[in-house]
Amino acid sequence: MRLSYPTNVKIIRVPCTGKVDVLYLLKTFQSGADGVFVAACMEGDCHYLTGNLRARKRVEYAKKILDAVGIGGERLEMYNMSAADGPRFVKVANEMTERIKTLGPNPVKRFRVTNVQEKPCEEMCP
Amino acid sequence: MIIGSGKPIKDILAMIEGCTKILIIGCRGCVTVCSAGGEKEVGILASALTMARQQEGKPIEIKEMTLERQCDPEYLEQIRGVVDEYGAVVSIACGAGVQFVAEKYRKIPVFPGINTNFIGVTEEQGVWTERCQACGDCKLHLTGGICPIARCSKSLLNGPCGGSANGKCEVNPEVLCGWQLIYDRLKELGRLDLLEVIIPINDWSTSRDGGPRKIVREDLKL
Repeated sequence: MRLSYPTNVKIIRVPCTGKVDVLYLLKTFQSGADGVFVAACMEGDCHYLTGNLRARKRVEYAKKILDAVGIGGERLEMYNMSAADGPRFVKVANEMTERIKTLGPNPVKRFRVTNVQEKPCEEMCP
Repeated sequence: MIIGSGKPIKDILAMIEGCTKILIIGCRGCVTVCSAGGEKEVGILASALTMARQQEGKPIEIKEMTLERQCDPEYLEQIRGVVDEYGAVVSIACGAGVQFVAEKYRKIPVFPGINTNFIGVTEEQGVWTERCQACGDCKLHLTGGICPIARCSKSLLNGPCGGSANGKCEVNPEVLCGWQLIYDRLKELGRLDLLEVIIPINDWSTSRDGGPRKIVREDLKL
């Protein structure tokens, strides 16, 4: 099975999706990722019983934060797939890549270079 | 413990509007346990604020710190010297912590990053409920260990009222009737006789009605 998936997908391995924390998800976007998908085992198949179920809840929470800060929760998605199901991974990777292409680049990157302080904070804060 | 919950990010963004350098301080006490203001929440808030401000083209520099407690002066000393470099402080401790930071560092605006909700317990992971209103005159020995002030929606001392139906309160069908709980518990204890003791009109001066409260222990003072 020599399947190919888009080269823009970078894989970050974790021992279980139960290790995926809200902060990890936010930091990826803060570092400039345009989109993130969490590839978890099928529900009911978690080696640690509930790791993937917890990950789903955390993804939902992180989506709300992304919505609140204007990045958009749709840039983050949770998928369940078997570790042996290569074709499904490829399908999801393509699907997510298409979604992110439609959404465009991460808005955080728009002003990334202009990291200049115009006025000292003391002058502007009440 | 004191239970808090996060404020909407847009509210915090409005508070720090115009600031380019802020310090976010968490507390390792109660708000860490209820996942509202601990080290992790400091990280999440800092990340969210950074991203929101970056998109607006108004980048912000954020320092993250988490103190052992914010309600004791010795721990607040740990930010002395650090705090002056920042235009504002966002404290995600309870209201007491936020005020104590503001009191100790008078030249820097201190903003609340969470709402302080109540004194309560962890019923299960992720679920917290109110148990105490700090009325200053505990009556739990008369009511089977269930507080009529905090658990009865009307804080009745000789309940229940006519709004109790099937163990639920008329205020909200999801709220348990405090006096039903008291009755059930006293029955279990074989102390239903306590229900016949009339609790007299309450003296609320030990509660908030007496103004801000203070306790002085001469034996402990230095």
